[in-house]
Amino acid sequence: MINRLQNPALYWPLLLASCLVLLITHLSLGSIPVDLGQAIASIWQGNADNNTHALILQEVRLPRALLALTVGMTLGLSGAALQGLLRNPLAGPGLVGVTNCAALGAVITLYFGFAGLSWFALPLGGMLGAALSVLLIFFLAGRQSSILNLILAGVAINAVASSFIALALNFAESPYAMNEMIYWLLGSVSNRSLKDAGIALPFMAIGWMLLLFSRRFLDALSLGEETARSLGFDISHQRTLLIIGVACSVGAAVSVSGNIGFIGLVVPHLLRPLVDHEPGRLLPISALGGGLLLLLADCTVQLISVNSELKLGVVTAMVGGPFFLLLIYRMRNEVF
Amino acid sequence: MLIETHQLALHINGNSILHNINFRCGEGEIIGLIGPNGAGKTSLLKILAHVQTDFSGEYFFNQLPVSHYNAQTLAREFGYLAQDATAHWPLKVRKLIELGRLPFQGMVSGLTAADRQAVTHAARQTEVEHLYERVATTLSGGERTRVFLARLFATQPKVIFADEPIAALDPYHQLHIMEILQQHARQGGSVIVVLHDLNMASRFCDRLVLMHQGGIVGEGSIDDLLQDQLIQKTYGIELQIFCNESGYALTPWQRHRD
Repeated sequence: MINRLQNPALYWPLLLASCLVLLITHLSLGSIPVDLGQAIASIWQGNADNNTHALILQEVRLPRALLALTVGMTLGLSGAALQGLLRNPLAGPGLVGVTNCAALGAVITLYFGFAGLSWFALPLGGMLGAALSVLLIFFLAGRQSSILNLILAGVAINAVASSFIALALNFAESPYAMNEMIYWLLGSVSNRSLKDAGIALPFMAIGWMLLLFSRRFLDALSLGEETARSLGFDISHQRTLLIIGVACSVGAAVSVSGNIGFIGLVVPHLLRPLVDHEPGRLLPISALGGGLLLLLADCTVQLISVNSELKLGVVTAMVGGPFFLLLIYRMRNEVF
Repeated sequence: MLIETHQLALHINGNSILHNINFRCGEGEIIGLIGPNGAGKTSLLKILAHVQTDFSGEYFFNQLPVSHYNAQTLAREFGYLAQDATAHWPLKVRKLIELGRLPFQGMVSGLTAADRQAVTHAARQTEVEHLYERVATTLSGGERTRVFLARLFATQPKVIFADEPIAALDPYHQLHIMEILQQHARQGGSVIVVLHDLNMASRFCDRLVLMHQGGIVGEGSIDDLLQDQLIQKTYGIELQIFCNESGYALTPWQRHRD
């Protein structure tokens, strides 16, 4: 089965087609039935404001679908890149502390009420948090650090970020503020506007470019840092670019969607056999796979939520957590 | 001289690792770096291969300071085989060898016909063509060393730097790897190889460089180094030396007792 799927001429069309099908499915899901054809036609003609169907599509469903796709792509791609960089299949954006710090940045903006001041306060907080985590990683682990130092720095940064998030929740001014922060932390792509998506997307795209351009470096790195250096790669320079790419894309994604875990861990792991374990070729396919999985998860969320809405981040954690445990169980005897 | 260093030194965290290294290597030469553990052989090899760049002193390649060259040029001219080279992902052997073409590839372009030809040639040279579809992490020691050598040959480097390439191999494969390295030197390339086996070093190398405590203590043929028991004193051992018309056989016999 896997052998037959390893042909790129086969899996790319398959993945793209599934993405398209899921996107259309996602857009047609919701409490009110919407005529997609009619809605798209009136958006195309520029009179969306007069058409309820077009309005629902444009203001509610399109941002949600777009964010599910792009946030998933960001998480899948950055997971694959970090696994390649750390040469460890257990790595992910959560591991080096980027996700938690981005969440902390957003929680701080919510706590002090900055979020109400301007429409870009929340995304900005998230990206500043992600940037801070990267600075902290460099401060703690240094530019010439070993992989182990980098991972330990991530553990420390995660612990600090979690404690500050707990502090903010502890001293929340009102139950309402606390609710807002907790709901945001759970992770979701619903109730976002096209504007929210518009702020986050450019930063995600910059991050994607940086990550995709590191594919040759990641291939070389599979032979070890010294051999990669002997093949002409400036390790610290390339690593800096890659970490900036992760901070940029994940910071922007988390600031608009909250904490959505395990996509970055699970997707590259599942797709790796398709590309013969080559870290470079894994990047684009993990991006698409991440988008696909998050779209699927968000479709599921909409289908099974009846009374109160189930959060997307809860679903990915419920599925991803056991997967992570299984992975560690299966790899416990392998030596790295 | 193709490679020449003057007063090369390396300090890490205030500790002197290498000092006063004046090293030369010409075209077509195969040089064996020998010496006891901790003598600085690997450190010197990494500096020469330009994998370690924090040294002091002067290093010339083709009469120009090594800092004069950009990273891509050096990556094409130098081939570096690390000690215990392993793949961190279960890559296919073919892909692993193709990685040797990275210094020739742009950001997006794929493998050209010339790239493929170099890969095939390298695989043939090291006799690993039949392993193409195997997974690199499941190979035996001899196969793995040959595959990593093929990766190195795919770059078609001028100078090869190999760190203990035969340490874990059986006699047949030891001879095979040394023959491949010697062949590279006979075709006009240069080889600098770290060795522990004194017999292999004396049999295959044109010149030996004996290191001790971060410095070069002797240089020349095995005959030169056996003078005044230099090798024995450096390693702190007694050697049984057998000699006939085709060369020496050296057997470490016992440790020096003071």
